[in-house]
Amino acid sequence: MPKDRDDTRPDSVSRRRFLGATASTAALPLMGAAAASQASAQALPPPDPQAPLDMRLTVNGEAYRLGLDVRTTLLDAMRDHIGLTGSKKGCDHGQCGACTVLVDGRRTLACLTLAVAVQDRAVTTIEGLARADGPLHPMQQAFVDHDAFQCGYCTPGQIMSAIGCVKEGHADTDDAIREYMSGNICRCAAYPNIVAAVRQAKTQMEG
Amino acid sequence: MRPFLYDRAASTESAPRAFDGLKEASLIQGRAPAEYLAGGTTLLDLMKLDVMQPARVVDITPLEPQHGSIAISDAGLRLGALVKMSTAADHPAVIKTYPVLAQSLTLAASAQLRNMATLGGNLLQRTRCNYFRDTSWSACNKRNPGSGCAALDGLNRQHAILGASQDCIATYPGDFAQALMALDATLDIAGPSGSRTIPIATLHKPPGSTPHIETTLAPGELITALSIPAGPWTRRSLYLKIRDRQSYEFALASAAIALHLDGDTVKDVRIALGGVASVPWRARDAEASLIGKPLNEATATAAARMAFVGSAPRTHNAYKVTLGQKTVVRALLQAATLEG
Repeated sequence: MPKDRDDTRPDSVSRRRFLGATASTAALPLMGAAAASQASAQALPPPDPQAPLDMRLTVNGEAYRLGLDVRTTLLDAMRDHIGLTGSKKGCDHGQCGACTVLVDGRRTLACLTLAVAVQDRAVTTIEGLARADGPLHPMQQAFVDHDAFQCGYCTPGQIMSAIGCVKEGHADTDDAIREYMSGNICRCAAYPNIVAAVRQAKTQMEG
Repeated sequence: MRPFLYDRAASTESAPRAFDGLKEASLIQGRAPAEYLAGGTTLLDLMKLDVMQPARVVDITPLEPQHGSIAISDAGLRLGALVKMSTAADHPAVIKTYPVLAQSLTLAASAQLRNMATLGGNLLQRTRCNYFRDTSWSACNKRNPGSGCAALDGLNRQHAILGASQDCIATYPGDFAQALMALDATLDIAGPSGSRTIPIATLHKPPGSTPHIETTLAPGELITALSIPAGPWTRRSLYLKIRDRQSYEFALASAAIALHLDGDTVKDVRIALGGVASVPWRARDAEASLIGKPLNEATATAAARMAFVGSAPRTHNAYKVTLGQKTVVRALLQAATLEG
Protein backbone atom coordinates (compact mmCIF):
# COMPACT_ATOMS: atom_id res chain seq x y z
CA MET A 1 0.00 0.00 0.00
CA PRO A 2 1.48 3.36 -0.96
CA LYS A 3 2.17 5.76 1.84
CA ASP A 4 -0.42 8.28 2.97
CA ARG A 5 -0.49 11.71 1.49
CA ASP A 6 1.01 14.59 3.35
CA ASP A 7 -1.78 15.53 5.71
CA THR A 8 -0.52 19.06 6.30
CA ARG A 9 -1.48 20.34 2.88
CA PRO A 10 -4.69 22.33 3.20
CA ASP A 11 -6.42 20.76 0.21
CA SER A 12 -5.54 17.21 1.08
CA VAL A 13 -7.62 14.44 2.51
CA SER A 14 -5.50 11.73 4.04
CA ARG A 15 -6.04 8.31 2.64
CA ARG A 16 -6.59 6.87 6.10
CA ARG A 17 -9.12 9.49 7.08
CA PHE A 18 -10.75 9.20 3.70
CA LEU A 19 -11.15 5.44 3.92
CA GLY A 20 -12.45 5.74 7.46
CA ALA A 21 -15.07 8.17 6.33
CA THR A 22 -16.23 6.16 3.35
CA ALA A 23 -16.56 2.98 5.35
CA SER A 24 -19.32 4.49 7.45
CA THR A 25 -21.03 6.61 4.83
CA ALA A 26 -23.26 5.39 2.07
CA ALA A 27 -22.76 8.32 -0.27
CA LEU A 28 -20.41 11.22 0.19
CA PRO A 29 -20.43 14.79 -0.93
CA LEU A 30 -17.43 15.78 -3.00
CA MET A 31 -14.32 15.75 -0.83
CA GLY A 32 -11.66 18.23 -1.88
CA ALA A 33 -12.77 19.82 -5.10
CA ALA A 34 -9.22 20.95 -5.87
CA ALA A 35 -7.90 17.44 -5.48
CA ALA A 36 -10.68 15.91 -7.50
CA SER A 37 -10.09 18.01 -10.56
CA GLN A 38 -6.42 17.20 -10.73
CA ALA A 39 -6.66 14.13 -12.92
CA SER A 40 -6.98 16.22 -16.04
CA ALA A 41 -5.13 19.31 -14.85
CA GLN A 42 -2.00 20.21 -16.77
CA ALA A 43 -1.01 23.22 -14.62
CA LEU A 44 1.10 23.20 -11.45
CA PRO A 45 1.08 21.83 -8.83
CA PRO A 46 1.54 18.39 -10.36
CA PRO A 47 -1.54 16.21 -10.03
CA ASP A 48 -1.59 13.74 -7.18
CA PRO A 49 -2.70 10.27 -8.31
CA GLN A 50 -3.76 9.45 -4.76
CA ALA A 51 -6.18 12.32 -4.37
CA PRO A 52 -9.78 11.10 -4.15
CA LEU A 53 -11.91 11.76 -7.20
CA ASP A 54 -15.47 12.98 -7.23
CA MET A 55 -17.47 10.25 -8.94
CA ARG A 56 -21.10 9.85 -9.88
CA LEU A 57 -22.46 6.36 -10.31
CA THR A 58 -25.95 5.22 -11.27
CA VAL A 59 -26.79 1.83 -9.82
CA ASN A 60 -30.25 0.29 -10.05
CA GLY A 61 -31.65 3.69 -11.02
CA GLU A 62 -30.24 5.44 -7.94
CA ALA A 63 -27.63 8.17 -8.35
CA TYR A 64 -24.66 8.11 -5.99
CA ARG A 65 -21.97 10.73 -5.50
CA LEU A 66 -18.77 9.35 -4.04
CA GLY A 67 -15.23 10.47 -3.33
CA LEU A 68 -13.11 7.51 -4.33
CA ASP A 69 -9.53 6.53 -5.00
CA VAL A 70 -9.09 6.35 -8.77
CA ARG A 71 -8.13 2.68 -8.48
CA THR A 72 -11.53 1.68 -7.11
CA THR A 73 -13.26 -0.90 -9.26
CA LEU A 74 -16.98 -0.76 -9.89
CA LEU A 75 -17.26 -3.89 -7.74
CA ASP A 76 -15.51 -2.34 -4.74
CA ALA A 77 -17.38 0.93 -5.17
CA MET A 78 -20.70 -0.91 -4.97
CA ARG A 79 -19.78 -3.33 -2.21
CA ASP A 80 -17.63 -1.19 0.07
CA HIS A 81 -18.89 2.33 -0.53
CA ILE A 82 -22.52 2.09 -1.64
CA GLY A 83 -23.37 -0.96 0.44
CA LEU A 84 -24.69 -3.15 -2.37
CA THR A 85 -23.03 -6.46 -1.50
CA GLY A 86 -25.09 -8.68 -3.79
CA SER A 87 -22.39 -8.69 -6.47
CA LYS A 88 -19.67 -11.01 -5.23
CA LYS A 89 -15.90 -10.87 -5.35
CA GLY A 90 -14.51 -14.25 -6.33
CA CYS A 91 -11.20 -14.12 -8.20
CA ASP A 92 -11.06 -10.32 -8.68
CA HIS A 93 -9.35 -10.98 -12.05
CA GLY A 94 -12.23 -11.51 -14.45
CA GLN A 95 -12.00 -15.27 -14.43
CA CYS A 96 -14.94 -16.46 -12.30
CA GLY A 97 -17.93 -14.28 -13.20
CA ALA A 98 -19.18 -13.81 -9.61
CA CYS A 99 -19.10 -10.02 -10.04
CA THR A 100 -21.17 -9.95 -13.24
CA VAL A 101 -23.50 -6.94 -13.50
CA LEU A 102 -25.27 -5.25 -16.39
CA VAL A 103 -23.75 -1.99 -17.64
CA ASP A 104 -26.10 -0.27 -20.07
CA GLY A 105 -27.79 -3.67 -20.36
CA ARG A 106 -24.63 -5.61 -21.29
CA ARG A 107 -23.21 -8.15 -18.90
CA THR A 108 -19.91 -6.88 -17.61
CA LEU A 109 -17.32 -7.91 -15.02
CA ALA A 110 -17.43 -5.30 -12.27
CA CYS A 111 -14.02 -6.38 -10.94
CA LEU A 112 -12.26 -5.39 -14.18
CA THR A 113 -14.17 -2.13 -14.54
CA LEU A 114 -12.93 1.11 -13.02
CA ALA A 115 -15.71 2.99 -11.26
CA VAL A 116 -14.39 6.25 -12.69
CA ALA A 117 -14.85 4.89 -16.22
CA VAL A 118 -18.57 4.07 -15.97
CA GLN A 119 -19.90 7.27 -14.46
CA ASP A 120 -22.26 7.95 -17.34
CA ARG A 121 -23.51 4.35 -17.53
CA ALA A 122 -26.53 2.63 -15.98
CA VAL A 123 -25.46 -0.24 -13.75
CA THR A 124 -27.89 -3.00 -12.76
CA THR A 125 -27.09 -5.49 -10.00
CA ILE A 126 -28.93 -8.42 -8.49
CA GLU A 127 -30.50 -5.97 -6.00
CA GLY A 128 -32.11 -4.10 -8.89
CA LEU A 129 -34.03 -6.97 -10.45
CA ALA A 130 -37.11 -7.04 -8.21
CA ARG A 131 -38.83 -4.64 -5.83
CA ALA A 132 -38.80 -5.60 -2.16
CA ASP A 133 -42.59 -6.03 -2.22
CA GLY A 134 -42.86 -7.43 -5.72
CA PRO A 135 -42.38 -10.77 -7.44
CA LEU A 136 -38.92 -12.09 -8.25
CA HIS A 137 -37.46 -11.57 -11.70
CA PRO A 138 -38.25 -14.66 -13.84
CA MET A 139 -34.54 -15.60 -13.77
CA GLN A 140 -34.40 -15.39 -9.97
CA GLN A 141 -37.59 -17.48 -9.71
CA ALA A 142 -36.19 -20.04 -12.16
CA PHE A 143 -33.02 -20.45 -10.09
CA VAL A 144 -35.22 -21.12 -7.02
CA ASP A 145 -37.51 -23.47 -8.95
CA HIS A 146 -34.61 -25.53 -10.30
CA ASP A 147 -32.43 -25.46 -7.20
CA ALA A 148 -29.74 -23.96 -9.41
CA PHE A 149 -27.23 -23.37 -6.63
CA GLN A 150 -25.80 -24.95 -3.53
CA CYS A 151 -23.66 -22.49 -1.58
CA GLY A 152 -25.06 -19.55 -3.52
CA TYR A 153 -21.90 -17.47 -3.78
CA CYS A 154 -21.79 -17.46 -7.58
CA THR A 155 -25.56 -17.10 -7.90
CA PRO A 156 -25.91 -13.30 -8.25
CA GLY A 157 -23.31 -13.37 -11.03
CA GLN A 158 -24.95 -16.41 -12.62
CA ILE A 159 -28.36 -14.71 -12.63
CA MET A 160 -27.08 -11.42 -14.05
CA SER A 161 -25.08 -13.30 -16.68
CA ALA A 162 -28.07 -15.49 -17.53
CA ILE A 163 -30.25 -12.42 -18.09
CA GLY A 164 -27.59 -11.08 -20.45
CA CYS A 165 -27.36 -14.46 -22.16
CA VAL A 166 -31.11 -14.50 -22.89
CA LYS A 167 -31.19 -10.86 -23.99
CA GLU A 168 -28.27 -11.44 -26.37
CA GLY A 169 -30.18 -14.31 -28.01
CA HIS A 170 -27.67 -16.96 -26.96
CA ALA A 171 -30.03 -19.20 -24.99
CA ASP A 172 -31.77 -21.05 -27.81
CA THR A 173 -30.28 -24.47 -27.03
CA ASP A 174 -28.72 -26.15 -24.02
CA ASP A 175 -25.38 -26.16 -25.83
CA ALA A 176 -25.64 -22.43 -26.48
CA ILE A 177 -26.52 -21.79 -22.83
CA ARG A 178 -23.50 -23.80 -21.70
CA GLU A 179 -21.19 -22.01 -24.12
CA TYR A 180 -22.43 -18.51 -23.39
CA MET A 181 -22.57 -19.08 -19.62
CA SER A 182 -19.04 -20.50 -19.47
CA GLY A 183 -17.72 -17.31 -17.92
CA ASN A 184 -19.57 -18.08 -14.69
CA ILE A 185 -17.86 -20.72 -12.60
CA CYS A 186 -19.86 -22.71 -10.02
CA ARG A 187 -17.63 -24.65 -7.64
CA CYS A 188 -20.66 -26.57 -6.38
CA ALA A 189 -21.20 -27.65 -10.01
CA ALA A 190 -24.89 -26.85 -10.17
CA TYR A 191 -24.50 -26.53 -13.93
CA PRO A 192 -27.30 -28.88 -15.09
CA ASN A 193 -29.78 -27.03 -12.88
CA ILE A 194 -28.49 -23.65 -14.05
CA VAL A 195 -29.07 -24.67 -17.67
CA ALA A 196 -32.60 -25.78 -16.78
CA ALA A 197 -33.25 -22.50 -14.98
CA VAL A 198 -32.03 -20.39 -17.90
CA ARG A 199 -34.22 -22.41 -20.27
CA GLN A 200 -37.31 -21.83 -18.11
CA ALA A 201 -36.65 -18.12 -17.61
CA LYS A 202 -36.00 -17.60 -21.32
CA THR A 203 -39.51 -18.77 -22.13
CA GLN A 204 -40.98 -16.41 -19.54
CA MET A 205 -38.78 -13.44 -20.44
CA GLU A 206 -39.64 -13.77 -24.11
CA GLY A 207 -43.26 -14.81 -23.61
CA MET B 1 -2.58 -1.69 -7.84
CA ARG B 2 -0.42 1.41 -7.93
CA PRO B 3 -1.93 4.87 -8.08
CA PHE B 4 -2.24 6.46 -11.49
CA LEU B 5 -3.63 9.56 -13.12
CA TYR B 6 -6.84 8.98 -15.06
CA ASP B 7 -7.71 10.90 -18.21
CA ARG B 8 -10.53 10.58 -20.67
CA ALA B 9 -9.35 11.05 -24.26
CA ALA B 10 -10.95 14.07 -25.87
CA SER B 11 -9.94 13.20 -29.43
CA THR B 12 -7.87 10.72 -31.43
CA GLU B 13 -5.44 13.53 -32.21
CA SER B 14 -4.94 14.68 -28.62
CA ALA B 15 -4.90 11.27 -26.89
CA PRO B 16 -1.23 10.48 -27.69
CA ARG B 17 -0.14 13.71 -25.97
CA ALA B 18 -0.53 11.95 -22.64
CA PHE B 19 2.53 9.93 -23.59
CA ASP B 20 5.02 12.72 -24.26
CA GLY B 21 6.93 14.87 -21.84
CA LEU B 22 5.26 13.31 -18.86
CA LYS B 23 7.34 14.85 -16.12
CA GLU B 24 5.37 13.52 -13.20
CA ALA B 25 5.80 9.96 -14.49
CA SER B 26 9.53 10.15 -13.95
CA LEU B 27 8.85 10.57 -10.24
CA ILE B 28 8.16 6.87 -10.15
CA GLN B 29 11.13 5.00 -11.52
CA GLY B 30 10.64 2.32 -14.09
CA ARG B 31 6.94 2.86 -14.63
CA ALA B 32 5.46 3.13 -18.10
CA PRO B 33 4.41 6.75 -18.57
CA ALA B 34 0.95 5.87 -19.83
CA GLU B 35 -1.33 3.15 -21.16
CA TYR B 36 -4.54 3.37 -23.12
CA LEU B 37 -7.61 1.92 -21.43
CA ALA B 38 -10.43 0.49 -23.54
CA GLY B 39 -12.16 -2.66 -22.28
CA GLY B 40 -9.59 -2.97 -19.51
CA THR B 41 -9.72 -6.75 -19.44
CA THR B 42 -5.96 -7.11 -19.85
CA LEU B 43 -4.81 -3.81 -18.38
CA LEU B 44 -6.75 -3.92 -15.09
CA ASP B 45 -5.90 -7.58 -14.60
CA LEU B 46 -2.18 -6.94 -15.04
CA MET B 47 -2.24 -3.74 -12.98
CA LYS B 48 -3.76 -5.69 -10.10
CA LEU B 49 -0.95 -8.23 -10.48
CA ASP B 50 1.60 -5.36 -10.54
CA VAL B 51 2.85 -6.62 -13.91
CA MET B 52 1.78 -3.36 -15.57
CA GLN B 53 2.37 -0.12 -13.70
CA PRO B 54 1.30 2.84 -15.81
CA ALA B 55 1.67 6.26 -14.19
CA ARG B 56 -1.20 7.53 -16.31
CA VAL B 57 -4.22 5.76 -17.81
CA VAL B 58 -5.90 7.32 -20.83
CA ASP B 59 -9.47 6.08 -21.24
CA ILE B 60 -10.20 5.97 -24.98
CA THR B 61 -13.81 4.83 -24.56
CA PRO B 62 -14.99 8.39 -25.36
CA LEU B 63 -13.60 7.87 -28.88
CA GLU B 64 -16.15 5.11 -29.55
CA PRO B 65 -18.34 7.30 -31.79
CA GLN B 66 -15.42 7.70 -34.22
CA HIS B 67 -13.91 4.22 -33.95
CA GLY B 68 -16.78 1.98 -32.90
CA SER B 69 -18.60 1.02 -36.10
CA ILE B 70 -18.62 -1.85 -38.59
CA ALA B 71 -18.85 -1.22 -42.34
CA ILE B 72 -19.13 -3.84 -45.07
CA SER B 73 -18.68 -3.06 -48.76
CA ASP B 74 -17.71 -4.89 -51.93
CA ALA B 75 -14.11 -3.97 -51.18
CA GLY B 76 -14.14 -5.62 -47.78
CA LEU B 77 -14.83 -5.17 -44.12
CA ARG B 78 -13.84 -2.26 -41.94
CA LEU B 79 -13.96 -2.67 -38.18
CA GLY B 80 -13.48 0.22 -35.78
CA ALA B 81 -10.85 -0.64 -33.19
CA LEU B 82 -13.27 0.16 -30.37
CA VAL B 83 -15.91 -2.30 -31.59
CA LYS B 84 -16.48 -4.86 -28.84
CA MET B 85 -15.48 -8.45 -29.57
CA SER B 86 -19.06 -9.65 -29.03
CA THR B 87 -20.51 -7.04 -31.40
CA ALA B 88 -18.25 -8.16 -34.26
CA ALA B 89 -18.76 -11.85 -33.42
CA ASP B 90 -22.57 -11.50 -33.57
CA HIS B 91 -22.69 -9.32 -36.72
CA PRO B 92 -24.69 -11.29 -39.33
CA ALA B 93 -22.58 -10.17 -42.30
CA VAL B 94 -19.34 -10.99 -40.50
CA ILE B 95 -20.66 -14.45 -39.63
CA LYS B 96 -21.75 -15.04 -43.22
CA THR B 97 -18.91 -13.57 -45.25
CA TYR B 98 -15.95 -13.73 -42.85
CA PRO B 99 -16.70 -16.79 -40.68
CA VAL B 100 -13.08 -17.15 -39.56
CA LEU B 101 -13.28 -13.72 -37.92
CA ALA B 102 -16.57 -14.40 -36.15
CA GLN B 103 -15.46 -17.83 -34.97
CA SER B 104 -12.10 -16.65 -33.64
CA LEU B 105 -13.94 -14.04 -31.57
CA THR B 106 -16.75 -16.31 -30.35
CA LEU B 107 -14.30 -19.00 -29.26
CA ALA B 108 -12.22 -16.52 -27.24
CA ALA B 109 -12.65 -15.66 -23.56
CA SER B 110 -16.12 -15.53 -21.98
CA ALA B 111 -19.30 -13.70 -22.94
CA GLN B 112 -18.63 -11.01 -20.34
CA LEU B 113 -15.05 -10.46 -21.46
CA ARG B 114 -16.15 -10.31 -25.10
CA ASN B 115 -18.74 -7.69 -24.13
CA MET B 116 -15.99 -5.56 -22.59
CA ALA B 117 -12.89 -6.13 -24.70
CA THR B 118 -12.37 -4.17 -27.92
CA LEU B 119 -10.92 -5.47 -31.18
CA GLY B 120 -7.89 -3.18 -31.01
CA GLY B 121 -7.18 -4.12 -27.43
CA ASN B 122 -7.60 -7.80 -28.20
CA LEU B 123 -4.73 -7.65 -30.69
CA LEU B 124 -2.52 -6.27 -27.92
CA GLN B 125 -3.44 -8.70 -25.16
CA ARG B 126 -0.41 -9.87 -23.24
CA THR B 127 0.86 -13.42 -22.92
CA ARG B 128 -0.55 -15.83 -20.34
CA CYS B 129 2.91 -17.15 -19.44
CA ASN B 130 2.70 -17.78 -15.70
CA TYR B 131 6.23 -16.53 -15.14
CA PHE B 132 5.25 -13.23 -16.76
CA ARG B 133 2.03 -12.89 -14.76
CA ASP B 134 3.48 -13.88 -11.38
CA THR B 135 5.89 -11.23 -10.13
CA SER B 136 7.27 -13.56 -7.46
CA TRP B 137 9.38 -14.97 -10.32
CA SER B 138 12.22 -12.53 -10.77
CA ALA B 139 13.37 -13.96 -14.10
CA CYS B 140 11.18 -12.70 -16.93
CA ASN B 141 12.79 -10.82 -19.80
CA LYS B 142 9.40 -9.56 -20.91
CA ARG B 143 8.53 -8.03 -17.54
CA ASN B 144 12.06 -7.22 -16.40
CA PRO B 145 14.49 -6.98 -19.35
CA GLY B 146 17.76 -8.80 -18.81
CA SER B 147 16.49 -10.89 -15.88
CA GLY B 148 16.33 -14.20 -17.76
CA CYS B 149 13.48 -16.56 -18.64
CA ALA B 150 12.10 -18.85 -15.94
CA ALA B 151 10.01 -20.72 -18.49
CA LEU B 152 12.95 -22.13 -20.45
CA ASP B 153 13.57 -24.81 -17.85
CA GLY B 154 10.35 -24.35 -15.92
CA LEU B 155 6.86 -25.63 -16.54
CA ASN B 156 6.50 -24.87 -20.22
CA ARG B 157 3.54 -26.98 -21.32
CA GLN B 158 1.70 -23.90 -22.61
CA HIS B 159 4.69 -22.28 -24.28
CA ALA B 160 5.67 -21.58 -27.87
CA ILE B 161 7.45 -23.97 -30.21
CA LEU B 162 7.59 -21.55 -33.15
CA GLY B 163 9.18 -18.12 -33.22
CA ALA B 164 10.55 -18.29 -29.68
CA SER B 165 14.08 -17.32 -28.66
CA GLN B 166 16.61 -18.13 -25.97
CA ASP B 167 15.29 -15.12 -24.08
CA CYS B 168 11.55 -15.82 -24.22
CA ILE B 169 9.26 -18.70 -25.12
CA ALA B 170 5.96 -17.06 -24.19
CA THR B 171 2.99 -17.81 -26.43
CA TYR B 172 0.88 -15.14 -28.07
CA PRO B 173 -2.47 -15.94 -26.43
CA GLY B 174 -5.06 -14.50 -28.81
CA ASP B 175 -7.24 -15.94 -31.57
CA PHE B 176 -8.56 -12.98 -33.55
CA ALA B 177 -5.13 -11.83 -34.75
CA GLN B 178 -4.62 -15.19 -36.45
CA ALA B 179 -7.89 -14.76 -38.35
CA LEU B 180 -6.78 -11.29 -39.43
CA MET B 181 -3.40 -12.69 -40.50
CA ALA B 182 -5.12 -15.28 -42.69
CA LEU B 183 -7.15 -12.53 -44.36
CA ASP B 184 -4.23 -10.10 -44.86
CA ALA B 185 -5.86 -7.38 -42.78
CA THR B 186 -4.36 -3.93 -42.41
CA LEU B 187 -4.46 -1.68 -39.37
CA ASP B 188 -4.98 2.08 -39.27
CA ILE B 189 -2.83 3.64 -36.59
CA ALA B 190 -2.99 7.16 -35.18
CA GLY B 191 -0.08 8.60 -33.28
CA PRO B 192 1.89 11.61 -32.18
CA SER B 193 3.50 11.92 -35.61
CA GLY B 194 0.40 11.35 -37.71
CA SER B 195 -1.45 8.34 -39.10
CA ARG B 196 -0.21 5.28 -40.93
CA THR B 197 -1.52 1.94 -42.17
CA ILE B 198 0.36 -1.31 -41.63
CA PRO B 199 -0.23 -4.97 -42.48
CA ILE B 200 -1.32 -6.98 -39.41
CA ALA B 201 1.66 -9.26 -40.08
CA THR B 202 4.02 -6.45 -39.07
CA LEU B 203 2.28 -5.53 -35.79
CA HIS B 204 3.73 -8.18 -33.49
CA LYS B 205 7.48 -8.55 -33.02
CA PRO B 206 9.08 -11.94 -32.40
CA PRO B 207 10.82 -11.88 -29.01
CA GLY B 208 14.43 -12.21 -30.20
CA SER B 209 16.69 -10.59 -27.63
CA THR B 210 14.09 -7.93 -26.72
CA PRO B 211 10.98 -9.81 -25.55
CA HIS B 212 9.72 -6.72 -23.71
CA ILE B 213 9.14 -5.01 -27.07
CA GLU B 214 6.05 -6.84 -28.29
CA THR B 215 4.80 -4.67 -31.13
CA THR B 216 5.99 -2.17 -33.70
CA LEU B 217 3.72 0.52 -32.23
CA ALA B 218 5.57 3.63 -31.08
CA PRO B 219 4.70 5.12 -27.67
CA GLY B 220 1.35 6.87 -27.91
CA GLU B 221 0.29 5.14 -31.11
CA LEU B 222 -3.27 3.87 -31.16
CA ILE B 223 -4.92 1.30 -33.43
CA THR B 224 -8.05 2.99 -34.79
CA ALA B 225 -9.41 0.59 -37.43
CA LEU B 226 -8.96 -2.85 -38.95
CA SER B 227 -9.52 -3.36 -42.68
CA ILE B 228 -10.07 -6.79 -44.19
CA PRO B 229 -10.00 -6.98 -48.00
CA ALA B 230 -12.70 -8.99 -49.74
CA GLY B 231 -11.53 -12.08 -51.58
CA PRO B 232 -12.68 -15.44 -52.91
CA TRP B 233 -11.23 -17.13 -49.79
CA THR B 234 -13.20 -15.32 -47.07
CA ARG B 235 -16.41 -17.38 -47.15
CA ARG B 236 -14.62 -20.71 -47.10
CA SER B 237 -12.83 -19.86 -43.90
CA LEU B 238 -12.86 -21.15 -40.34
CA TYR B 239 -11.11 -21.06 -37.00
CA LEU B 240 -10.37 -24.36 -35.25
CA LYS B 241 -9.28 -24.08 -31.62
CA ILE B 242 -7.99 -27.00 -29.56
CA ARG B 243 -7.81 -26.53 -25.78
CA ASP B 244 -7.91 -28.30 -22.44
CA ARG B 245 -11.64 -27.68 -22.05
CA GLN B 246 -14.34 -26.94 -24.55
CA SER B 247 -15.05 -23.34 -23.62
CA TYR B 248 -13.43 -20.32 -21.99
CA GLU B 249 -9.84 -21.45 -22.37
CA PHE B 250 -6.77 -20.40 -24.31
CA ALA B 251 -5.63 -22.41 -27.33
CA LEU B 252 -3.05 -25.15 -27.05
CA ALA B 253 -3.11 -25.17 -30.83
CA SER B 254 -5.36 -23.39 -33.29
CA ALA B 255 -5.59 -22.75 -37.00
CA ALA B 256 -7.23 -19.98 -38.99
CA ILE B 257 -7.87 -21.16 -42.54
CA ALA B 258 -9.07 -19.25 -45.60
CA LEU B 259 -9.42 -21.29 -48.75
CA HIS B 260 -10.09 -20.58 -52.41
CA LEU B 261 -10.88 -23.75 -54.37
CA ASP B 262 -11.31 -24.17 -58.10
CA GLY B 263 -13.19 -27.43 -58.23
CA ASP B 264 -11.00 -29.63 -56.07
CA THR B 265 -7.83 -27.67 -56.76
CA VAL B 266 -6.41 -25.18 -54.33
CA LYS B 267 -6.12 -21.77 -55.98
CA ASP B 268 -5.22 -19.93 -52.78
CA VAL B 269 -5.01 -20.90 -49.14
CA ARG B 270 -4.04 -19.05 -45.98
CA ILE B 271 -3.00 -20.80 -42.79
CA ALA B 272 -2.36 -18.92 -39.55
CA LEU B 273 -1.48 -20.68 -36.30
CA GLY B 274 -2.29 -19.86 -32.70
CA GLY B 275 -1.36 -21.40 -29.35
CA VAL B 276 1.98 -22.64 -30.65
CA ALA B 277 3.94 -19.52 -31.54
CA SER B 278 5.35 -16.41 -29.92
CA VAL B 279 3.44 -14.18 -32.34
CA PRO B 280 0.44 -14.73 -34.63
CA TRP B 281 2.04 -17.13 -37.10
CA ARG B 282 1.47 -17.44 -40.82
CA ALA B 283 2.56 -20.83 -42.26
CA ARG B 284 3.51 -19.58 -45.71
CA ASP B 285 5.57 -22.60 -46.82
CA ALA B 286 2.68 -24.87 -45.95
CA GLU B 287 0.34 -22.65 -47.95
CA ALA B 288 2.65 -22.68 -50.98
CA SER B 289 2.86 -26.47 -50.89
CA LEU B 290 -0.90 -26.72 -51.48
CA ILE B 291 -1.30 -24.33 -54.41
CA GLY B 292 -2.38 -26.11 -57.57
CA LYS B 293 -2.99 -29.39 -55.79
CA PRO B 294 -6.17 -31.15 -54.71
CA LEU B 295 -6.94 -30.78 -51.01
CA ASN B 296 -7.09 -34.22 -49.41
CA GLU B 297 -5.71 -35.97 -46.36
CA ALA B 298 -2.34 -36.60 -48.00
CA THR B 299 -1.72 -33.04 -49.21
CA ALA B 300 -3.09 -31.56 -45.98
CA THR B 301 -0.81 -33.78 -43.90
CA ALA B 302 2.22 -32.82 -45.96
CA ALA B 303 1.36 -29.14 -45.56
CA ALA B 304 0.84 -29.55 -41.83
CA ARG B 305 4.29 -31.12 -41.47
CA MET B 306 5.79 -28.23 -43.36
CA ALA B 307 4.08 -25.76 -41.03
CA PHE B 308 6.05 -27.12 -38.07
CA VAL B 309 9.47 -27.42 -39.72
CA GLY B 310 11.88 -25.55 -37.47
CA SER B 311 9.76 -25.90 -34.35
CA ALA B 312 11.79 -25.97 -31.15
CA PRO B 313 9.99 -27.77 -28.34
CA ARG B 314 11.12 -27.65 -24.70
CA THR B 315 10.60 -30.20 -21.91
CA HIS B 316 6.81 -30.08 -21.62
CA ASN B 317 5.50 -28.76 -24.92
CA ALA B 318 6.74 -31.27 -27.51
CA TYR B 319 3.15 -32.53 -27.80
CA LYS B 320 2.32 -29.28 -29.59
CA VAL B 321 4.14 -30.43 -32.73
CA THR B 322 1.77 -33.36 -33.25
CA LEU B 323 -1.25 -31.49 -31.90
CA GLY B 324 -0.52 -28.50 -34.12
CA GLN B 325 -0.11 -30.65 -37.22
CA LYS B 326 -3.36 -32.52 -36.58
CA THR B 327 -5.13 -29.21 -35.96
CA VAL B 328 -3.97 -27.92 -39.36
CA VAL B 329 -5.04 -31.12 -41.15
CA ARG B 330 -8.49 -31.13 -39.59
CA ALA B 331 -8.98 -27.42 -40.21
CA LEU B 332 -7.98 -27.70 -43.88
CA LEU B 333 -10.25 -30.68 -44.53
CA GLN B 334 -13.14 -28.97 -42.74
CA ALA B 335 -12.62 -25.82 -44.78
CA ALA B 336 -12.77 -27.86 -48.00
CA THR B 337 -16.31 -28.97 -47.11
CA LEU B 338 -17.59 -25.41 -46.74
CA GLU B 339 -19.49 -23.58 -49.44
CA GLY B 340 -17.37 -21.06 -51.29
